[in-house]
Amino acid sequence: METLSFVFRKLVEDRVALIGAVIILLLILTAIFAPILSTHPEDVLEFHPSERLQGPSLQHFFGTDRMGSDVYSRILYGARITITIAVIAIGASVLIGVPIGLVAGYYHGWASDALMRVSDIFLAVPQIVLAIAIAQTLGPSIENVILALSATYWPFWARLVYAETRSVQNEVFVEASIALGASPARVMILHILPNIMSSIIVRTTIGMGGTILTAAALGFLGLGAPPPSPEWGRMISESREFLPEAWWYATAPGLAIFLVVMGFNLLGDGLRDILDPRIRRSRRHDD
Amino acid sequence: MTTDLLRVRDLKVSFATDGGTARVLDNVNLTIGRGQIVGLVGESGCGKTTLARSILGVLPTNSARLDSGSIEFDGIDLLRVDPDTLAATVRGRQISFIPQDPFSSFNPVFTIGAQIMDLMKWKSPALDDRAVRRHGWLPRLHGARRRKADLARVLALLRQVQLPEPEEILRKYPHEVSGGQRQRLMIAMALLPEPKLIIADEPTTALDVTIQAQILKLLRGLATDHGISVLFTTHDLGTAWEICDSVTVMYAGQEMESAPGEGFFRRPSHPYTNRLLMSLPSRDSGISGIPGDIPGLINPPPGCRFHPRCEFATEVCRQDRPAPTVVGAGHEVRCHHPVSEERRHVLA
Amino acid sequence: MKLLVLILNRLFWLVPTILGLIVITFTISHVIPADPVAFVAGDNATAEQIEALRKQLGLDQPVHIQLWRYIVAVVQGDFGVSLYTLRPIADDLAGRLPATLELTIVSVLVSAVIGIPLGVISALERNSILDHVLRIITVSGLAIASFWLAILFQLLFAMELGWTPLQGRVAGWGPDVVTGFFLVVSLLMADAEVFWDVVSHMILPVMTLAFPALATIVRFTRAGVLEAINSNYVMYEEAMGLPRRVIVWKYVLRNALIGTVTQIGLIFGILIAGAVVVEAVFDWPGLGYYAVQSILQSDYNAIMGFTIVSGVIFIVVNLSVDIVHGFIDPRESR
Repeated sequence: METLSFVFRKLVEDRVALIGAVIILLLILTAIFAPILSTHPEDVLEFHPSERLQGPSLQHFFGTDRMGSDVYSRILYGARITITIAVIAIGASVLIGVPIGLVAGYYHGWASDALMRVSDIFLAVPQIVLAIAIAQTLGPSIENVILALSATYWPFWARLVYAETRSVQNEVFVEASIALGASPARVMILHILPNIMSSIIVRTTIGMGGTILTAAALGFLGLGAPPPSPEWGRMISESREFLPEAWWYATAPGLAIFLVVMGFNLLGDGLRDILDPRIRRSRRHDD
Repeated sequence: MTTDLLRVRDLKVSFATDGGTARVLDNVNLTIGRGQIVGLVGESGCGKTTLARSILGVLPTNSARLDSGSIEFDGIDLLRVDPDTLAATVRGRQISFIPQDPFSSFNPVFTIGAQIMDLMKWKSPALDDRAVRRHGWLPRLHGARRRKADLARVLALLRQVQLPEPEEILRKYPHEVSGGQRQRLMIAMALLPEPKLIIADEPTTALDVTIQAQILKLLRGLATDHGISVLFTTHDLGTAWEICDSVTVMYAGQEMESAPGEGFFRRPSHPYTNRLLMSLPSRDSGISGIPGDIPGLINPPPGCRFHPRCEFATEVCRQDRPAPTVVGAGHEVRCHHPVSEERRHVLA
Repeated sequence: MKLLVLILNRLFWLVPTILGLIVITFTISHVIPADPVAFVAGDNATAEQIEALRKQLGLDQPVHIQLWRYIVAVVQGDFGVSLYTLRPIADDLAGRLPATLELTIVSVLVSAVIGIPLGVISALERNSILDHVLRIITVSGLAIASFWLAILFQLLFAMELGWTPLQGRVAGWGPDVVTGFFLVVSLLMADAEVFWDVVSHMILPVMTLAFPALATIVRFTRAGVLEAINSNYVMYEEAMGLPRRVIVWKYVLRNALIGTVTQIGLIFGILIAGAVVVEAVFDWPGLGYYAVQSILQSDYNAIMGFTIVSGVIFIVVNLSVDIVHGFIDPRESR
């Protein structure tokens, strides 16, 4: 397991991954300081119909939307929604899927097989398809989007951790700790888990990007938070009927999504290059 | 024009690494006579594999740099030949190769037969010069008549390496045959083009101990029968003892001593060789090692690179790398203080 | 023999997997909502209508009986009736399937035909300008929201430049109402005008769908080629002096492509997911568009029908890819 300082140093060397990390940092800061950074913080809830659909200007960096609200400010507040959905959805699916995978991988029996078969069924269908079904059933809201995403993402982690647990299980140190009398829980948590941790971290980062895209798609389809919530996907959906004149209305939120997902992807790729020993060995040839 | 097949003179090779430039080969000399089996012995990182690759001309182009020196093969300096000609006329024709790991050296998704016949297509001794010169530029038609002759030759060779049911093996995929069989196949493939020199890079390291002896004897027998020279790298002195006519010892990118087998094991002159022989476990003297560590190659010790660990080292050892001194027939050592008669450790 | 076992194994698990999918959709539509009947009845139903509907649909029965009846119905192709079109959902889906299939198949072909050579070249010319440009494009391709890209394409090519139609599949009725596969039929009919009509409507949706698929294919092919080039067998082939051309285009390519083929399943998943939003933006009359309309109408049965059908398609595609992979990779089949 690599130490934090080693990872940090290597990350700083990889300029591309560093860009990703910076973007994510900016995202977090934007979400936190949205009230301070935005020019029209009240526009998240208020309408100014007289100012609707104005182009970009010094007053409104990205113009105004159909309600006259400042697009720039709404995007900044939208960052909060994006982060909330992504973090909680992935966090929940990891918290559910990893233990299931650990236990299923550690024990060999019909229960493990059954758990993996169930996971396979979920994985047999594209995530967004099931997520649409769930979100539609539950009704449009942020909580339901998070629920839909977690419910369709945990099998991915279960499968991943299961496979890694099975492969690590055969390593000598696991046999040794069992021989020394460690309880199954101890073996799983203290011995197996740390060794698969780097894989989980890498995929979590990369998975953030995909989750944000799926969440935005759900928002676009009207399944996300209802108006006037400044969710990025919904903003793009709203903009459609005003094209091509109000081009800023569609472009700005899309650009925000793009930058954020790009940030997570770049950081995730960089982390994978550092943390995955197999890739690291061949990376010497890849530079 | 000497009778030597291969003469490596003052070869200097460096690698660009993250930490700096590694001086992997430092003015290395090596001589291989015709029909001679030469062992290149050394610990990991001593440069023996790099030397083998330099002779073949397959160093990684983006990180390896050939600083100076010459590699004379049959009178021609290989380092002055352009890479395409080298690939067409020398590699796989006059110089062939037996890799260390026979499993991963076969392409896993083609049959063994397909790979061997492809090798014959491009490297068969029956090819004329014109075909060779067009190497790689035009599709080489493998006519039915030639294919039949090639197949017969392949089967004959497979029998020579004592592979049972050669026709069956040709139809199989690499993962379907055993490790020993794969290495025999590699030996056969190395013999196919009727080379003058075979470079075998630790050919038995990946094999089980019981198979190792068989493979070594097979290799020696075939080489002698066909009059082929072999350059044989290994970290195992016992292997060198088994089949080599002459042994050269390398340490940290420098060659230390080279002698005919008998002379090497009975009259070792270099302190490092001496220590190596001493470190072989025996019932009389037990186990001993050499104190210290193998040096890094980015900032290697100056002069003779063994001097930090050598009990006989003096100031001159630190300043100048010793030139080769002849101490017997075909026996050269590069040392300022060769080991005297009494202090030699002789293999019983 | 090993191959036969592989195929049988995959086929064996096909049925339970689809069954499991049906159970999941049942759970979503019948167990999760507080009152499934109110869902199905729509927002405007009165209390009596809901009760009558409950009896009629058998939703007053215990859950396991409901599940059984649901499975029996679905297996027979009965997804219920659409609230919107008032036709059996199965018919609706069948009618829209060819449009989506045409779109996704063309997108896969386009992305493979362009992506594989680009991936190979990118690996061979590692760290060149072309390689860097391609890497930027592929990373971007995986970060762009499909629906946004679709809208941007519309903005640029249809609205601003007027090069392509804005949306829809054809300007008129299309060449053939029976099979629904416009592209192939219009080609066979040798009717240039209709063919061009079909193709021009396809350009933007295909570009949108193929973009992330292209990015994935380029990445995987590049990685596969690089891995092959750094392998021991390539080192051996080089050491034995085989021509570079033969090493790359015969030996390396075959190894790398085996990896790429298995990714087609993954790519198809991306395409199906993308098709939903892309069809919505371009008014492409396929499954995705139907799903979006059903969402707007709160037509829950239709959405479940869509979920099952697209899920089955995806499962079957992956199964086929697994079998093909078993055929072409001798390590699996022997």
